[in-house]
Amino acid sequence: MAPYESENTTVAGEVDEPRTGRRRAARYVVPVTVMGLAAATIGLVPAIADSGDPDLPEITAAQLIEKIAMSDVEQLSGTVKITTDLGLPDLGGLEDSLASGAAGRGGDGGSSADPSAKLTALASGTHTLRVAADGPDRQKVSLLEDAAEYSLIHNGKDVWGYDSKSNEVYHGTVDESGEEREQKPPATPKDFAEEALKSVDDTTSVTVDGTAQVAGRDAYRLVVEPRQSGSTVGAISIAVDHETGMPLKFTLTPSSGGAAVVDVGFTKVSFDRPAASTFEFTPPKGAEVTEDGELDRGRGHSGKPEGAPKSEEDLAKGLDGLKMLGEGWNTVATFDTGAEGGLPTGETGGDLGGFLGSLGDQVKGEFGTGTVFSTRLVNALFTEDGKVYVGTVTKDALVKAADAGK
Amino acid sequence: MSRAEAVPRVSPLWTLGLFRSELLTTFRRWRTLALLGVLAAVPVLIGVAVRIETGDGSSAGGGGGEGPAFISQITNNGLFLVFTGLAATLPFFLPMAIGVVAGDSLAGEANAGTLRYLLVAPAGRTRLLLTKYATVMVFCLVATLVVAVSALLVGALLFPLGDLTTISGTRISFGEGLVRALLIALVVAASLTGVAALGLFVSTLTNSGIAAMATTVGLLITVQILDQIPQLHALHPYLFSHYWLSFADLMREPVHWDDLTRNLGLQALYAAVFGSAAWARFTSKDITA
Repeated sequence: MAPYESENTTVAGEVDEPRTGRRRAARYVVPVTVMGLAAATIGLVPAIADSGDPDLPEITAAQLIEKIAMSDVEQLSGTVKITTDLGLPDLGGLEDSLASGAAGRGGDGGSSADPSAKLTALASGTHTLRVAADGPDRQKVSLLEDAAEYSLIHNGKDVWGYDSKSNEVYHGTVDESGEEREQKPPATPKDFAEEALKSVDDTTSVTVDGTAQVAGRDAYRLVVEPRQSGSTVGAISIAVDHETGMPLKFTLTPSSGGAAVVDVGFTKVSFDRPAASTFEFTPPKGAEVTEDGELDRGRGHSGKPEGAPKSEEDLAKGLDGLKMLGEGWNTVATFDTGAEGGLPTGETGGDLGGFLGSLGDQVKGEFGTGTVFSTRLVNALFTEDGKVYVGTVTKDALVKAADAGK
Repeated sequence: MSRAEAVPRVSPLWTLGLFRSELLTTFRRWRTLALLGVLAAVPVLIGVAVRIETGDGSSAGGGGGEGPAFISQITNNGLFLVFTGLAATLPFFLPMAIGVVAGDSLAGEANAGTLRYLLVAPAGRTRLLLTKYATVMVFCLVATLVVAVSALLVGALLFPLGDLTTISGTRISFGEGLVRALLIALVVAASLTGVAALGLFVSTLTNSGIAAMATTVGLLITVQILDQIPQLHALHPYLFSHYWLSFADLMREPVHWDDLTRNLGLQALYAAVFGSAAWARFTSKDITA
């Protein structure tokens, strides 16, 4: 008899008012409690999940590196989260037009399914990838986008790139065993770890720093640090699965501190054989297929973490005259672009030059003057006489290297 | 108040009767039918537009991947029109329709002066509220299915059907595609329960049906705009519309569940918070109309 009841309450409200008011307010405890519980769950669950590093037998750094080298994981599937923060200025579309050779989503009329164009997207921001592998002949990497996906599938001698958003297909072929290594983009923590461990020598300190849990698996944490000063690399931390020796997470922190420059890790991983259908691909009806042909093999570098899109074009151009200065982590690559006057910065280059100049810092040294373009990891020095020095070293070290190279 | 709680036991059959009469009233309204008509027209519009545009063999969306999700695949497989139709209506048309129906559910009755008569029936306010919410949920499902079925019919008429390529590049049979389409429709319907609860709560706050509808739709638009502002990214995971388009993850192979479960959890949370807020308000409210 609710309506009569409520009417009564209104009429006899004089006396009952405070009590009823309190009881009314009490009802709102329910939604507030629900909200509080939800907030607590959201806040606490990750904290609980995070706590407790697994107990694993002691292992030396050398043993762990050997474990990585011995790792022979042939079958796996999983989800990889990759976050890169090179500290590049966020230029949006402008960047595309400036570095049209290297970046750009299908710029210049190219197919948007072209792998080299697509994978440069990984150079900034956070992305989710799905990887699957079954032996050396069958691999698949998918870049998850909003309501779309870009898949790169290697099955036998075929390499397919499929962009579901534009429904475009890229097709290439590789020799059964030859060049596929180069085609495979460095998407998994393993690729990054191998790259990092290549540079391990006496300028490097390698330690095992406890254990961690990655993607629900127990892992050792290997920390690689440069001994020299002057490198922009602060430390590289690699989480290595204790069973398979497979690197599960790779984190590169800059010496300047702050967030990781590159953070690649599995969020889910399984070492079971993926379904065979995963690697099968037939172009959908009506899809536009671009055959490989004009794809420049040299652009296989594009996905590398050091590959800041801007320097890449120049790197490819000046590859003949490429020289290495210094050793270990402080190695600086240098080459002569041959362009006298360097970059069109400052007064000479008009509007674009002024804009480029504003992004870099002018420096002077024994080598002359030049402009330094900085990211959080890679610094590049363009001198007035057309030389370029690039390295994962600080600005001062770069100038020093340029002075020494003079 | 106190006696309102101690409403005599009512047979479940009677509740069912109340639910049925609510459903009938809702779906007999011209307004509801017009909303459903508009929803059914959206896939027709998309289908015809894509058909005309691709009549000369060019690909839809200019080949650059513009337009609603999946639009470039429609020409290869009519089933994709279901996904495009849902992706096109989910951001606005569907939640707007839900907002109208949910906002009107209690405030409209109060406005027309019929709410007190509903409460005369020995059902109790809680039960009436639950019935109203259930009706709105049924409308969510019906509205989604109207879009899906209309899209499937148009897709089958204008475009070829057959095996389809998932967005991960693998192939699935047409039967499995239909199952996925049904799953997607269910997920889309479930995505709307948050708005439905919000609308119901707003509806308990006012005695004007129009005000409740306008507020709900206004909130919907506000949330959608907030979701577009990158500076507010810390807030985004808590906005009910943030994971709406995650239904597309059902078209990946294997299905990517992360965002889907996040979406469903978020909707459940909104339903719980605003549902109980609506209950708190409605059971303690003075019914004057």
